[in-house]
Amino acid sequence: MTDKELITGLKKIVKPYIQNEAAFETMNADTHLIDDLKINSANLVDVVLDIEDEYDIEIEDDAFEDMLTVKAAMAVVSAKIAK
Amino acid sequence: MSKYRVVITGMGVVAPNGVGLDSFEKAIRSGKSGIKYFEEFKEKKFSCCIGGQPEVSEEKMLEYLTPLELRNFNSWGILYGCMAGMDAWKDAGLSVNDVQADIDAGCIFGTGISGVEKMAEATYKIDHGKVRRLGSTTVAQTMASGVSAYLNGKIGFGNQVTTNSSACATGTESILMGFERIQMGKAKQILVGSSSDHGPYIWGPFDAMKVMTYKSNDQPTKGSRPMSATAAGFVPGSGAGAMVLESLESARSRGAKIYAEVLGGAVNSGGQRNGGTMTAPNALAVQRCITKALKYSGITGADVDLINGHLTATVKDPDEVENWSIALGRKGKDFPYIHSLKSMVGHCIGAAGSIESVAAVLGIKSGFIFPSINAEDIHEKVLALIDKNCIPQKEIKTDKIKIVAKAGFGFGDVNACIIFKKYQDD
Repeated sequence: MTDKELITGLKKIVKPYIQNEAAFETMNADTHLIDDLKINSANLVDVVLDIEDEYDIEIEDDAFEDMLTVKAAMAVVSAKIAK
Repeated sequence: MSKYRVVITGMGVVAPNGVGLDSFEKAIRSGKSGIKYFEEFKEKKFSCCIGGQPEVSEEKMLEYLTPLELRNFNSWGILYGCMAGMDAWKDAGLSVNDVQADIDAGCIFGTGISGVEKMAEATYKIDHGKVRRLGSTTVAQTMASGVSAYLNGKIGFGNQVTTNSSACATGTESILMGFERIQMGKAKQILVGSSSDHGPYIWGPFDAMKVMTYKSNDQPTKGSRPMSATAAGFVPGSGAGAMVLESLESARSRGAKIYAEVLGGAVNSGGQRNGGTMTAPNALAVQRCITKALKYSGITGADVDLINGHLTATVKDPDEVENWSIALGRKGKDFPYIHSLKSMVGHCIGAAGSIESVAAVLGIKSGFIFPSINAEDIHEKVLALIDKNCIPQKEIKTDKIKIVAKAGFGFGDVNACIIFKKYQDD
């Protein structure tokens, strides 16, 4: 899966949770889920569950803690899919 | 210390026979039942397969909760409570402050139990080793105070925000709690009310107790029969009722419309003594609750024009009428009008007292007494106490109703009685 495909996939997943439309429009690898997209921190667990469903993977607690940027999320997903 | 007078400046309702004040008023005036048959209960082997459930479309839900809030949402009581509460706030002409919490406004919104569907969903996941799949909102959707917490997010209260729970007395009690807080000068506006889930998980345990009727599955609208000789148990209902209580001073200063005044009321318990049990009331305590409500309101039994009873359509109805008769010191033709909204919406459990109070206040404001349907065959024990004309079979249009007494009694042997008065500018 290319980075572009991954970002497109993640964009679809985070859409219901974002509270900053402008940052969402220009979402890229460096975008921060909380600082930029203004996702409520409590909702991060829901985002992760939706990622798990979409890619049929399971994300452990330690990986979850690092998933605060799009880049970090892409890294976790890529690594899981590769297994 | 001088006490503040308390008035009702806004209302909202989500009932089985009408959602929203206009539709609800139309329904109760015409005696429209909101009770229906549900195949699901038959499949789940319930004895009682009828119930009252408000009709709320997906589109309607989105007027109150955001798409994000509705994601994995499965708590009907919270939805109904938000609808009624937000409607009441808007109806009172009050605004939502997006920036700061309003320190003079609070919320006391009760429930018997809330989010049982969500809890069932969560229990299933936990038992299958999937606790991590519960998501972030299971706590908010299942905590007892979920309904007041959701309303807080919508409106932004800075005063007390809490949830009371006293079984079927919950709704009536919440109004009295808000009333007392304003009366003491601790708040200017309190959004009060209560809500209840619908469905097999909340109604099932009542079905198991054999307190719901199993005789009307083929004629649902005839099932809920308060004060009738053929009353065979209550019909479960659900929904929410809400009121904005406000100090008269505050209401006047902003030129708010006033539905009615809350004169006072009382809550007490029979202590599960002297005939009182977990499920049956101590009759003396019920009478004491009513007489205290009159006393605290500065009126006597002779002043009561109408009783909005608890009257659930069980064998206990004649006992309730007797308690009213003794407490008010009135009987026969001298007895006031008495009716039960449960005849149309069923027993909405934790939401009963608030939905029924909204009906009571609408009657005072618009000048009508709604009919107590399905009481064409009044129980002989009731007729031994009061005249048959005390129970309206059809709507009575009248502006002579000045004082309405509303009571609610709950499991645990707890009672609440409240006195509403037609508002007169003086």
